[in-house]
Amino acid sequence: MKPTKGQKIFRVFNYIFLGALGLVCLLPMLNILALSFSSRNMVNSGTVTLLPKEFTLSSYAYMLQKSGLIPALLVTVKRLFIGVPLYLALTILVAYPLSKESDQFKSRKFYVAFFFITMVFNGGIIPTYLVIKELKMLDTIWALLLPNSVTMFYVLLMLNFFRGIPKEIEEAALVDGAGWFTTMVKVYLPLSLPSLATVTLFIIVGNWNEWFDGMIYNNHTENYPLMTFLQYHVLNFKTSDLRPEQIAANPALADLEGRAIKSAGIILCTLPVLAFYPFLQKYFVTGITVGSVKS
Amino acid sequence: MSEKNNSTIGQRFKKRFVKELPFHLMLLPAVIIVLVFKYIPLVGLTIAFQDYSPLFGFFDQEWCGLENFQYIFTLSTFPRVIYNTLFIAVMKIAAGIIVPVTVALLLNEVGRVAYKRTLQTIIYLPHFISWVALAGIFLDVLSMDGIVNNLLASIGLDRIYFLGDENVFPYTMVVTDTWKTFGWNTIVYLAAITGISPTLYEAASLDGAGRFRQIIHVAIPSILPIVLLMTVLSIGNVLRAGFDQIFNLYSPLVYSTGDIIDTFVYRMGILGAQFGPATAVGLFQSAVSFVLIMVGYWAADRLAGYRVF
Repeated sequence: MKPTKGQKIFRVFNYIFLGALGLVCLLPMLNILALSFSSRNMVNSGTVTLLPKEFTLSSYAYMLQKSGLIPALLVTVKRLFIGVPLYLALTILVAYPLSKESDQFKSRKFYVAFFFITMVFNGGIIPTYLVIKELKMLDTIWALLLPNSVTMFYVLLMLNFFRGIPKEIEEAALVDGAGWFTTMVKVYLPLSLPSLATVTLFIIVGNWNEWFDGMIYNNHTENYPLMTFLQYHVLNFKTSDLRPEQIAANPALADLEGRAIKSAGIILCTLPVLAFYPFLQKYFVTGITVGSVKS
Repeated sequence: MSEKNNSTIGQRFKKRFVKELPFHLMLLPAVIIVLVFKYIPLVGLTIAFQDYSPLFGFFDQEWCGLENFQYIFTLSTFPRVIYNTLFIAVMKIAAGIIVPVTVALLLNEVGRVAYKRTLQTIIYLPHFISWVALAGIFLDVLSMDGIVNNLLASIGLDRIYFLGDENVFPYTMVVTDTWKTFGWNTIVYLAAITGISPTLYEAASLDGAGRFRQIIHVAIPSILPIVLLMTVLSIGNVLRAGFDQIFNLYSPLVYSTGDIIDTFVYRMGILGAQFGPATAVGLFQSAVSFVLIMVGYWAADRLAGYRVF
């Protein structure tokens, strides 16, 4: 069937409208990218839009060498190295038993209630803070890792995916004498790669982007993870905060206006997670739709 | 007789427990973590009824009944904070449904796969950026000499103090939040639209419906259940207006319209060390949210047979 004239017009407008929407999503980021590579004069003149003017790497040099970004990055890397396996293991270990029917796992109802309560009611920041403090976890990586290591959103995603796996496969394994644990590791996990990839991505992004816990559970700023560092140091940076000897050692610093430095900090702190996400897109779209929309 | 009966029940229970032992062992680590970091803080909510002082241990506090609640409800700023929270949260919820549904319907009309994929990649992107970094970006692009105001000035409009004008600030929050979330939220609706049976479109087409009327009469009714589901599930968020975003973008200039429950609790509790009153506000928020979330789940179950687990 040939499209009518009205349909053609609609199609053209639709393509243009959606293209514009895509641009609205990208422009703020491109503007920050351009600012981060521009000189102070150009940033101040207000003429930098989407391309850098008077290209310079000095903002990046400052962020990487002087600002304390690298130690903060190391805290975040440590957090991911422990956090990803820990969160993933806990998610699977909760999701698998709860994906069973009540006749296979009689105590299921009790555990569902136990975890469900944490989804609908929480103690809030002050009681949680006091617990962390009493456990002497302030200023340790565990204060950042443990409180949210059992996240029900991830559990539900995995659980729904497990349920979509045909029962016959599991029954065959059980008949062959495999236990629940073996069945989970050897049968379920290899079939759940899209969900595992999705949850892994969420865990990485979640831990990378979390900043508030780093702020309230650390008394010493050198323990801050990357996003807390960004929040605390970069968003509040002013050229006037530089010490005279810092400027004497590196005259280029005097030319840096806050906006360029902040932009470089923002780019450095966000680019790593954005860099690999398009490659995982295929997985998480399957993962999230299977996990959240049940037939 | 009864003794024998008891022992068989005991044996049966034991047998069941042994058979299900692997499940209990799998759940054990998570149960311990949740007990410590989620359940003990629930007990800690009793601070709301105490004249809490950090100098003493948890069990040595003085009880003060409802004094903390009386105190917060007499604060002249508190009704304003509640109003701001509701206003911003409700607008976010509305925009957070209307915009993604519309964009999903329009995206579905895009025939070129490469164009559609590229658009999807771009509009999902903001979901992955932390509010801290986004706040840094918006503080710059929405500042008086930022790119947005330069654009407004270049076409002859007045510059707008997006983050410093108390009349504009709540709308800035709604727009920037929608900017961050709409793309990601299209995923669910796109999946629902793609799931529509082609025979429905064919039938409509045979009846002479053009593409536009197919959207109205086939696509929209087909995704209405999921739209309704997402709406009732978001009821629980009306007292959560987005701490990460507002904390990083607000300033004393806009407290009158931009201060929400979560930022209020933070300033009162963590900065002001008024643990008792701050926990009381938190408990009030949790209790109301709890009722709303349960209403949402109940409605979702009734409307769409939705079950959390």
